[in-house]
Amino acid sequence: MKAWQHYAAVGLGSALGASLRYAIALAMLGPVFPWPTLLVNAVGSWLMGAVAAVATQRLHSRVARWQPFLASGFCGGFTTFSLFGLETLQLLNEARPWLALGYMMISVPLWLAAAWHGYRVGQRLAIET
Amino acid sequence: MDVEPMILLMVAAGGALGSMSRLAVGNGVSAWLGAGFPWGTLAVNLSGALLMGLLAGAVGLPGPEAPRPGWALLAVGLLGGYTTVSSFSLQTLLLWRQGRTGAALANVLVTLLAGFAALGLGVWLAGGLT
Repeated sequence: MKAWQHYAAVGLGSALGASLRYAIALAMLGPVFPWPTLLVNAVGSWLMGAVAAVATQRLHSRVARWQPFLASGFCGGFTTFSLFGLETLQLLNEARPWLALGYMMISVPLWLAAAWHGYRVGQRLAIET
Repeated sequence: MDVEPMILLMVAAGGALGSMSRLAVGNGVSAWLGAGFPWGTLAVNLSGALLMGLLAGAVGLPGPEAPRPGWALLAVGLLGGYTTVSSFSLQTLLLWRQGRTGAALANVLVTLLAGFAALGLGVWLAGGLT
């Protein structure tokens, strides 16, 4: 894959990922707690793990070929660290320090657990198919 | 709530630009500092947090209403797509799987602590939250 193709695949995947993240944020609008971003970051981490596991074990699979689009592109644009930080700051600014702390304490273990689980599922899929 | 096509277009365009910038910065930083530690993702997330702080300090935190086009392009799209949680999660997991528990833990702590410090610094440089 040429460099410009790599960039195009990542850009396209991310345009899709960011749009979907925004649509989910709109659909779940309402509660004070930033559930949409929590969900998006967990699901994106899971998918990232699954794609990486399949692509490492099956180098010539379709998943491996589509990895720039799926991983750096879609998952990268779907998940977001800066908005996670901003939302935590927003909770602090609204004088809800416990919610801010809770958001942080739930987020990171959930992201990592999701990536771990996605990776395991990806490994299993790569062996079975 | 309705999805405004204009806002969605801003988010998509920002997201595309953001992730291509992440790729460029990430590759550059990895080439410079080596691939033994996820420096690229760290650099992207810290610089993205700093820029998000600057932006929030400059224009204020968004309210519950639908975002304006500028915020949709720069915050939701560009910085949202530039920074990433999925790469951070995967790379932390891979460090841990390689038995590099200390490096995995350091990646988590540095990303969080320096990330929030960068965000706060950005807000402070832009004059604080109104």
